[in-house]
Amino acid sequence: MIALPRSVLRYRSALLALGLLLPAALLLAAGIGAYYIPPWEIPRVLLEKADQAYAVLVSIRFPRVVLAAAVGALLALSGAVLQGLFRNPLADPGLIGVTSGAGLGAAIFIVLVPGAGALQVFALPLMAFVGGLLTTLLVWRLASSGGRVQVLTLLLAGIALNAAAGALIGLLISRATDEQLRSLTFWTLGGYGGATWTTLLAMAPTGLVALWGLLRLGRPLNALVLGEREAFHLGVNLEPFKRQAVALSALAVGTAVAAAGGVGFIGLVAPHLFRLLAGPDHRYLLPGATLLGASLSVLADLVARTAVAPAELPVGVVTSLLGAPFFIWLLLRHKREVAR
Amino acid sequence: MSLLVAEGLGYTAAGRVLLEGVGFALEAGEVLAVLGPNGAGKTTLLRLLSGELRPSQGRVELLGRPLERYGALELALLRAVLTQRREVGFPFSAYEVAFLGRLPHLERRAEGPLDHAQTEQALAHTQALPFAPRPYPSLSGGEQSRVDLARVLAQEPKLLFLDEPTNHLDPRHQVEVMALCRRLAGGGLGVVVVLHDLNLAGLFADRLLLLHEGRMVALGRPAEVLRPERLEAVYGLPFALAQHPSGRPWVMPLAQAEPTPVAG
Repeated sequence: MIALPRSVLRYRSALLALGLLLPAALLLAAGIGAYYIPPWEIPRVLLEKADQAYAVLVSIRFPRVVLAAAVGALLALSGAVLQGLFRNPLADPGLIGVTSGAGLGAAIFIVLVPGAGALQVFALPLMAFVGGLLTTLLVWRLASSGGRVQVLTLLLAGIALNAAAGALIGLLISRATDEQLRSLTFWTLGGYGGATWTTLLAMAPTGLVALWGLLRLGRPLNALVLGEREAFHLGVNLEPFKRQAVALSALAVGTAVAAAGGVGFIGLVAPHLFRLLAGPDHRYLLPGATLLGASLSVLADLVARTAVAPAELPVGVVTSLLGAPFFIWLLLRHKREVAR
Repeated sequence: MSLLVAEGLGYTAAGRVLLEGVGFALEAGEVLAVLGPNGAGKTTLLRLLSGELRPSQGRVELLGRPLERYGALELALLRAVLTQRREVGFPFSAYEVAFLGRLPHLERRAEGPLDHAQTEQALAHTQALPFAPRPYPSLSGGEQSRVDLARVLAQEPKLLFLDEPTNHLDPRHQVEVMALCRRLAGGGLGVVVVLHDLNLAGLFADRLLLLHEGRMVALGRPAEVLRPERLEAVYGLPFALAQHPSGRPWVMPLAQAEPTPVAG
C-alpha cells in the first residue's frame, strides 16, 4: 500500500481551512465598524475607488486589520517555536524575557523622556524593540556556558530577568505622572488603534525576516521532540539551531510588541488550538499556528472595537479575557494527564 | 575498509576518567555487543562512537573518515542511535514518532509515499504496526521501545547503535529484537548494541566487548569472553558456565535467595 496516511490529510485540510479563515476574518473585520461596509461589497468598493467607503477602507481599516494579522501571526509563530524549543506546551514568548524587556524599554521612554511628543511615534516602538532584544540577549548569555545553552537554565534566566524587569517597571511607575501612567497602561495592554501604513512599513523588514526564518524550523523542531541528543542523532546541528530559534523569536516578538504593545495569550493559544485541531507535527504546526494567530488577532480586535462602541477596549484585554480561561482549562487538562 | 574503527578511545569529564584505551574495528554485517556493570562506560562509549561527544583521547573513523569531519546531517544519513530515553514532548502518535526517522532524508526534498511505506515497513519489523495510530505517550514501556526501534530502522542507516534495546521488553520481544539485529546485520548493517543480558549477547552477537571501570577487559567471540573467572572479576559475583542447545556459551550467576526465617 502506497498512500499518504490519514494524519497527513488531516494536517493538510486543517491548513487549507485556516488559509480560508484568514481572508474571511480580514474581510469581516475590514467591513464592520462605526462606518459599516458589507464585507461582500469590499471587492467592488476597491475596484470602483470612488466613494467614502473606499477612503475608510484604505486609510483606516486595512492598516488596522493587516497590523492585527501581522502581530497575531508573529506572536503565534514564535509561541509555537518556543514551545517546541522548550519541549513544553505551556511555554510562551514571554519566557525568554522579550516581552518584559520591551515593556521596560517602553516604560523608560514614557517616564524618563517627558514631552517626547511627535518623536514618540517612532521612538517608543524602537525603545521597546531594543529593550526586548537586549533582555533576550542577556537571558541567552546567562544561560550559556562553554558555547552550549541549557534549555532549562534559559527558562530560569528568563524568569529571573522577567522579575527584574517587572520590578524596574514598578519603580518607574512609582515616579510616573498620571498621564504617563495612562499611556504606559494603554501600551502594556496592547492595541492596534494607531495603525497606519507607516507602522506597517516600519515593522515589515524585521517582521518578514523573522517570519521567513521561523517557518523553516519545522523539521529540526520535530527532531527535538525526542530530546536534544536524539535531535543531533537525526541530523540537527543543535547549537546553531537553538541560537536561530531564540534570536528569530526575539525578533518576531520584539517587532510585534513594538508595533502593538503587549497583546497576551495569542502566542500560547494559537499553537494549542492547532494541535487540538490537527496534531503536533511542527512542519504543519508552524504555518498553521501563524494563520490561526493572525485570524484570532483580527477577530479579537474586531471585538475590541465593537463591543463597547463608540469606546474601544485594548485588544490585550479581549485576548486575555478569552485566553486566560482557555489557559486554565489547559492546565487542568494537563494536570489530569499527569495524574493519570 | 572497516565500517567503524575506534583507536585508543578515552573520555575524561570533570577530571574523572570515564573511558580509557578502547579500540576495535567493526565490519559491515557484524553485531558487536557491549557488556559491563553499571557505570562501566558503555553509554559513554556509545556517545563517543555516535559523534555526540568528542573523545579526550584517541579517535573514531567512520568509513575511513574521521568522525569529527562529518556534519550532523551526514552522520544522520549513515548511522542511527537508539538511546534509553523514552520521552516525547507532545502528543505525537506512535506512527509520527517512527516517521521522525525519515527526517534526515527530508532535508532536501518533500516527503513522499515512499517515506511512509518505509516507516510502515519499519513498524512491521518491530511488530509495532497494530498500535501505530495511538498516541505515543499512552503506550506501555515495551510498546514505546518497539516504536523507537522502528524509528531508527526508518532512518535506513548503515550503522546502528542501540543502547539497551531490550529494556522493558518481555522475553519473547527481547529475543525478537536481537533476532532483528541479526537479520539487519545479514543485510549488511553494522550493529553495536549495549546489553545487560550476558546470555542474550552471547546468543546473538558475533563479538562481545566487555567493559569494566572504563577499560576494555575483553574483546572477542562469546566463548572467549564469557569465562566465569573473568565475569567474577568484573561483576564481583561467582558465575557458572553451561552450554546453550545452540552450542553457544550460557552463563549464570551463582547467587541464591537468602533462606527467609519463618516467624513463630
